[in-house]
Amino acid sequence: MATDDIYILGIYMTKFGKYPDKDTVDLASEAVIAALADAQVTMKDIGVMAAGCLMGQGGIGQMIQKQVGQTGIPVYNVSNACATGATALRTAIMAIKAGECDMGLAVGVEKLAGVGLLGGGGTPKSKNKEWTPQGRFGSVTNVDGLIGTAAMPGTFAQVGMEYGHKYGGATFELFAKISEKNHAHSTLNPLAAYSKRMSLDEIMNDIMISYPNTRPMCSANCDGAAAAVVVSGAKLKTLSLEQQRRAVKVSASILTSDPYQEACQVLPDVNTLTRIAAKQAYEQAGVSPSDLNLVELHDCFATAELVHYDNLMLCEEGGAVDFFNSGATWRDGSMPVNVSGGLESKGHPIAATGIANIWEVCHHLRGEAGPRQIEGAKVGLAHVIGLGSACGIHILEKSAL
Amino acid sequence: MTITQVPLVDYLVLGDKPHLIANECTKCGARYFDRRNACASCFATDFKKVTIVNEGIVRSFTIVTFAAPGVPVPFVAAIIDCGGTSVRGNLANVDPTPEKVTLGMKVKLTTYSLGADDNGLEAIGFGYEPA
Repeated sequence: MATDDIYILGIYMTKFGKYPDKDTVDLASEAVIAALADAQVTMKDIGVMAAGCLMGQGGIGQMIQKQVGQTGIPVYNVSNACATGATALRTAIMAIKAGECDMGLAVGVEKLAGVGLLGGGGTPKSKNKEWTPQGRFGSVTNVDGLIGTAAMPGTFAQVGMEYGHKYGGATFELFAKISEKNHAHSTLNPLAAYSKRMSLDEIMNDIMISYPNTRPMCSANCDGAAAAVVVSGAKLKTLSLEQQRRAVKVSASILTSDPYQEACQVLPDVNTLTRIAAKQAYEQAGVSPSDLNLVELHDCFATAELVHYDNLMLCEEGGAVDFFNSGATWRDGSMPVNVSGGLESKGHPIAATGIANIWEVCHHLRGEAGPRQIEGAKVGLAHVIGLGSACGIHILEKSAL
Repeated sequence: MTITQVPLVDYLVLGDKPHLIANECTKCGARYFDRRNACASCFATDFKKVTIVNEGIVRSFTIVTFAAPGVPVPFVAAIIDCGGTSVRGNLANVDPTPEKVTLGMKVKLTTYSLGADDNGLEAIGFGYEPA
């Protein structure tokens, strides 16, 4: 191991679901304490902490410290939409890369059970009915529902439909089949919020939210937390053989925002920044997409998973429909995608997601994934995207020991 | 004469031939419907008003059947390619079903009343109907 490499030393995710009796600090603390135990270190060893809770109040990092250990280290409270967890992890990694410390902690937590639809809506601008132009568009009232949709299910539905317009073949049934795969995968994941297998008929005939996304094709709002301990290669060399054996190499850690595109003002472009991040990640890691044994990608909606096959270059450009139809992305296929069940069934506690997907990949690389183990997994990729936009990609490799 | 109508957004121009306008960067030609401090594409700060053509094709759509409180459903949200400029808008005068709404369908701008406020001022919205 090179001294300037970065490794995941310990990692943990809580079961995702409903926790009426626990607050965000409880859930985050559970994740942090367990990640430290997994790493066989304590808060005394940690030199930097990054924490995220998108819907919470400020200062979540300090609030967690008061429950797990106040040692005076710098805390970065980060917020980057659905990429918040990946941003926290990358912040800790950057501090180690900068030489400020040799061990860092990242944690993401969210309580979203029962929250319902995200995005869109809003309160009337005036109590009296008075058409007064306001804001950068000079709008006289809230335009959600009058000028398209700002809600997430419709936004991502259009992302998938646009792919269909460009390349063809993206039918309602195809998107539902992607969801069928992820719900099937979830049956093997005891930490998933929902682990019930659903038939294609059940998925297609469930409540339509925003065509072509029915309810089970949308990410599940739930509670959960995930935390990771990262360490420099130099420090890892001084630790036990057992710690070195279970450490997972972070071969690439990339974060991008969306570059200007003609249509990005009317529909968020989740493609360009993902493609750029993927290209950078493969270059940094020195691997190609065909080297990947498993991928956890941001299936916030079934319509999103399709476009990311293409954006992550898992298939030929424009070939995502055929790629999926070949069966490649099922867990017994050539490129297993979202064997955790994905956001559609595992759940999507926003700020936890960008670390939980890395936990899933690490679990397989360590050979500890039990019945859902992808046999012989050596290299995996974790991808998240937050609207606005931010894209985080991490490529992870099994320890050489 | 007192103004009796106001557009839903200031990039909708009312009158005999209602149409959309955009702020176009004089350096690189990038178009924006909102007010911009500088061009997101080339960072220049000069803009001029340009007219967006009223005809276009549906590049993407979704039929929204579940929305935030106060947003009536169903409605068809769409992205329209109007001569190379992408526009966000609802489809109008078409059944909100996947049988009637198709990718690539030709549409044109239409306007409709959002009703009058307490002062008698009528707001006018826009959408795209099959052409």
